[in-house]
Amino acid sequence: MADRPDADSEAGANKPALRLHVPEPKFRPGDTVDFSHVPISEAGKQPRPDEACDARETEGLCYDLIRVLGDDDKAHGPWDPKLDPETLRAMLGHFALVRAFDERMFRGQRQGKTSFYMKCTGEEATSVAAAMALASDDMVFPSYRQQGVLIARGYDLVEMINQIYSNKGDKLKGRQLPIMYSSREHSFFSISGNLATQTPQAVGWAMASAIKGDTRIAATWVGEGSTAEGDFHSACTFATVYNAPVILNVINNQWAISSFSGFAGAERTTFAARALGYGLAGLRVDGNDALAVYAAQRWAANRARANAGPTLIEYFTYRAEGHSTSDDPAGYRSAQERDEWPLGDPVTRLKDHLIALGEWDEDRQAEMDRKAAERVKAATKEAEKNGILGHGMHQPFRTMFEDVFEELPWHLKEQAEQATRERLIKFNGGRPQ
Amino acid sequence: MSTETKAQAASENGGERRLNMIEAINDALDIMLEKDPDVIVMGEDVGYFGGVFRCTAGLQKKHGKTRVFDTPISECGIIGVAVGMGAYGLRPVPEIQFADYIYPGLDQLVSEAARLRYRSATEYIAPMTVRSPFGGGIFGGQTHSQSPEALFTHVSGLKTVIPSTPYDAKGLLIASIEDNDPVIFFEPKRIYNGPFSGYYDKPAEPWKRHAQSVVPEGYYRIPLGEARTVAEGEALTVLAYGTMVHVAESVCREKGVDAEILDLRTLVPLDIEAIERSVEKTGRCLIVHEATRTSGFGAELSALVTERCFYHLEAPVERVTGFDTPYPHSLEWAYFPGPIRIGEAIDKLLSE
Repeated sequence: MADRPDADSEAGANKPALRLHVPEPKFRPGDTVDFSHVPISEAGKQPRPDEACDARETEGLCYDLIRVLGDDDKAHGPWDPKLDPETLRAMLGHFALVRAFDERMFRGQRQGKTSFYMKCTGEEATSVAAAMALASDDMVFPSYRQQGVLIARGYDLVEMINQIYSNKGDKLKGRQLPIMYSSREHSFFSISGNLATQTPQAVGWAMASAIKGDTRIAATWVGEGSTAEGDFHSACTFATVYNAPVILNVINNQWAISSFSGFAGAERTTFAARALGYGLAGLRVDGNDALAVYAAQRWAANRARANAGPTLIEYFTYRAEGHSTSDDPAGYRSAQERDEWPLGDPVTRLKDHLIALGEWDEDRQAEMDRKAAERVKAATKEAEKNGILGHGMHQPFRTMFEDVFEELPWHLKEQAEQATRERLIKFNGGRPQ
Repeated sequence: MSTETKAQAASENGGERRLNMIEAINDALDIMLEKDPDVIVMGEDVGYFGGVFRCTAGLQKKHGKTRVFDTPISECGIIGVAVGMGAYGLRPVPEIQFADYIYPGLDQLVSEAARLRYRSATEYIAPMTVRSPFGGGIFGGQTHSQSPEALFTHVSGLKTVIPSTPYDAKGLLIASIEDNDPVIFFEPKRIYNGPFSGYYDKPAEPWKRHAQSVVPEGYYRIPLGEARTVAEGEALTVLAYGTMVHVAESVCREKGVDAEILDLRTLVPLDIEAIERSVEKTGRCLIVHEATRTSGFGAELSALVTERCFYHLEAPVERVTGFDTPYPHSLEWAYFPGPIRIGEAIDKLLSE
């Protein structure tokens, strides 16, 4: 039944055997890496259509790569956002802080202070520069690698670490996996951990903003691997149907844990080109070029704000580290990829640009990095006063049953009583809370 | 004051108004759209056309296209955008055209809406009411007949509400919309137009002869988590909801059984006190639902009654349910837990 039909049957006769294509990445562990097959557009050569243009005018930009920073470290072409040096230094400062934070939290996990961490190394521009291009009260629906958005919005590092440690200072009451932040005050939606669910939610928020005649827009981030989820298709459909003021950011960092982007369709087309079938504006952007990221996000934000429509942006970047602290990429990809990545490192590129402008130097960079590390260290010490994961129960015991519903129903009351009894038994009548 | 008395009182206060369940639901939506500018109604075909069952008829014309609108055929999208709207501060009332179509939206309900309050420690909530016609008895085949309530009662953070009369449908829907937790509001479509005795081959009854079709004008709410005593009795307790309330009532009447019939109205949160009170009085308990049997909500009810009322029971708890098959089109009435299945269970309970 499940085998190829007999050659003399009608179904099997005189026809070539069909072949299933299972995608395979170019390089596996130990392979020599050569990215010369990846086309890299020349910086400054991509046209910048009017923000209110017909979505079809972005077709070429869905297959090209919008780049501003050239090999000469200078900004080129119509997408140059022409940011002043002060803003560029602020951006560099956010980069330094994100990198220092990632380093320290990764180490903290290895030291047993928490269960889990996710770095965003190599992708900093896709969150930091994008966040800076939005208004501070535009609503963001992030995935799990957008710590750069929170840091660019000035979120307190101690709060972040409290969450990572699930300690008694964690305002999410120790309920969420580390890095699944939420901050309404920073217009930052609660991170789910179920992939791509945030994309239709962002569209819904944007629809609500439009229903109410608000001026705020929404932006969401999703990995290229998760664009395969039905939620992403729903998000694109609703965004285009209601012309929702939303930006759909696809972070194409080439890897979804061990599955390369080919398993989301990258062998056939770009992720930006998804936009075309929906009638969304689409942009494909060098995600390691902070100026290009900023310019594209601002273009899309202006477009949304003018009721001119939603935009899907693909940021072409590279996940320089493992998926998370639970992942070792040495098991599935060549270690050379990171070094050979043709779009370089976003932090280095921005730094070199500022130096080329005569607005920065290596000494100031070293000082900035040192201060960032100190700031993170001080925040870590402060957060550790609230405890680290696994050292006793940090949250008041009763909080386990709170917030399932607005009010505690009888069955949860009974279960809370059971849990309290267990606790009294465990601690010989002490520690009832 | 019982709901019957309330309805009676309303009718005596001038202008007795009798509605079927569709009209009562429409009335509740109309009132909430009027009362709360954050309420929006959306779903497949609910806008200009007014819904395939007409529950939203006229609402778009009255309240405008940005308050009441059609959506793409995407349950995942409908629930997903409703979560985002809730985060903004709206109070969305999405319609899923048939409960059988709700599964593409399940992840957004189970992993997102249900847990948002908890996971964000109240920073964000999902105050949505997902309306959806459910249940069989209309020759809908396997894709327009299911009763998936147990999938939702199993999820922490979701409330599940099922009305069985026009009066309750309006009051419960208003309470659901005002509730700050996500509510699954299943409407028993077999009884949209009239109560159902369980005899499909007898003429259909309209709502207008039923006491609970008196639906007062204006705002009122029925609190979630309170069962309704449909009939008081001594011989046994019947726990039912939706269509099966009427079928069970008619079978008990026909058999002359002095049954106490509880319409649960809300499955989560459940009115456990009313159940305990009644079963402790009668000592016998029959649970009736249309959904498939294994891991159905009846299993939960049976366990609760056994755990909590065991020493008052004179006989083992009986469950009458649909069979564990897909809902068959041509054999619909062989599947449906009708008078014969219910009658047999009653006889067994009373013979112990």
